[in-house]
Amino acid sequence: MSEHSLVIEHLNRTFASPAGPVHALSNIQLKVKQGEFVTLIGPSGCGKSTLLKIVGGLDTGYEGKAELNGRPITGPGIEKGVIFQEPRLFPWLTVEKNIAANLSLKNPAVRRRVDELIELVRLKGFEKAYPRELSGGMAQRVAIARALLRSPDVLLLDEPFGALDAFTRAHMQEVLLDIWQNNKTTMLFVTHDLDEAVFLGEKVVIMNPRPGHIREILPIDLPFPRSRTGASFQELRRLVLQAFEKGEEPALDLGAGI
Amino acid sequence: MAQLIHQEVRGEPDTSTVKTSLKYRKELGWLNRVPFWLHGLLVPIVLLIIWQIAGDTGLVTKEQLPTPLAIMKRFIELGASGELYHHLGVSALRALSGFMLGSVIGLLVGMFIGIGKIIERTLDPSLQMLRTVPLLALIPLFILWFGIGEFSKVLMISLGAFFPVYLNTFLGIRSVDTKLYDVTRILGYSRWQQLTKLILPSALPNILLGLRLAMSTSWLVLVFAELMGTSAGIGYMIEDARTYSNTDIVFVGIILFALVGSLSDIAVHALEKRWLSWQDTFKG
Repeated sequence: MSEHSLVIEHLNRTFASPAGPVHALSNIQLKVKQGEFVTLIGPSGCGKSTLLKIVGGLDTGYEGKAELNGRPITGPGIEKGVIFQEPRLFPWLTVEKNIAANLSLKNPAVRRRVDELIELVRLKGFEKAYPRELSGGMAQRVAIARALLRSPDVLLLDEPFGALDAFTRAHMQEVLLDIWQNNKTTMLFVTHDLDEAVFLGEKVVIMNPRPGHIREILPIDLPFPRSRTGASFQELRRLVLQAFEKGEEPALDLGAGI
Repeated sequence: MAQLIHQEVRGEPDTSTVKTSLKYRKELGWLNRVPFWLHGLLVPIVLLIIWQIAGDTGLVTKEQLPTPLAIMKRFIELGASGELYHHLGVSALRALSGFMLGSVIGLLVGMFIGIGKIIERTLDPSLQMLRTVPLLALIPLFILWFGIGEFSKVLMISLGAFFPVYLNTFLGIRSVDTKLYDVTRILGYSRWQQLTKLILPSALPNILLGLRLAMSTSWLVLVFAELMGTSAGIGYMIEDARTYSNTDIVFVGIILFALVGSLSDIAVHALEKRWLSWQDTFKG
């Protein structure tokens, strides 16, 4: 197996619209190593969610090369776990059944793994709770456990903590880093939050819109656990911001990409 | 965090119920001296008393409106002789088999049309047209085709049960969240798993509503079918009593229909409570 788990080359995506074709992604080049944590950041409309959908196999209308472990991406599958901004749990299933989903809890191997994951995402005591009884952060942790149960090669996260308050968000980021360090799952994390991108990523991919393209790929050479207040963190944060200001679309805070 | 949520959930409704019950107390006035469970029964009780007095004093004849006590007496008589159970059993079997046949077909057709675009385009318009025909207008046709036997009656009832189940199943399937559908694709659900673990649970609230409506339609059609000609059943009992001006028996039949109707409604409602407890909706 090659060193790179995800390889994207000369990727283009165009949508048909009544006003003519819309160029959503233009000549994307991205290589992600096995076990790497990559964050994608950019203003709304820069195509970061579209890129994630393509990698997740939910959008197959692309041109160019998109390969996971040497195989072209042609559709969704359990090797590509996806976490959305909303938890997307089945409201009629309890927490543990949501995690198991189409796998049976009667299978002792599944049962054991689900119990481990509940422990990992710190939801012990809520196994039998229904989604309506959970807070936003708890529900999102169930969604993460559900994706992890399938031991995906890559975990794709589309602004997963965007709807959470600042405290829960910081807590969830730490939970995610814990999981990443334990499982060494490759992570592709879309966000529009500068701090989040620098705090989590080993590599920050900066994207700009019209048409959506990669402006710069910035390595973040800070050891984990990182401190948000340290001088080097602030310096890197400034660097990312600068990369945007060079771009024609500096308004980062215009809103979340949907 | 969990504890905090718990407190919120437990705290809020408590205070609001205390407030409303206090407000209630003030507005109710003299009603406070009557036990709470009796409030809804006050009006029927008063009406029954007036009715009984009207009958006893000869204001209305026995043939027009027998007194509540006379009806009750007849009810017990018919029950003791076993006649009531015989008619009730025949009617219940008819209604139930018609209901089962109609709702199973309605469920299957609704599912197929809900899932497949081709069948929807070709079959649904015809079904929608048929639906607008008043069902009871078809009864003469059914008698011509299938006679007045048991088969004809069950078929009529099943037609009545079919449409509510079909329409609501279709509606329920079309209300499946596409976001959850995407999740099942990512998690690698098979077609069968998508049907049983996503589409059916999502459509369940609508399906149960359809079943509830089908239940009441079944009883309605049953009465019509039995009035048309048969030798047993509650409808027959009513029709037979009418020809001999036994108005009290007519009332016994009506009361039976009311009882059985609300019992079956309670049964479906219990299913709803059991199966839909996960729903997070406004409950008043």
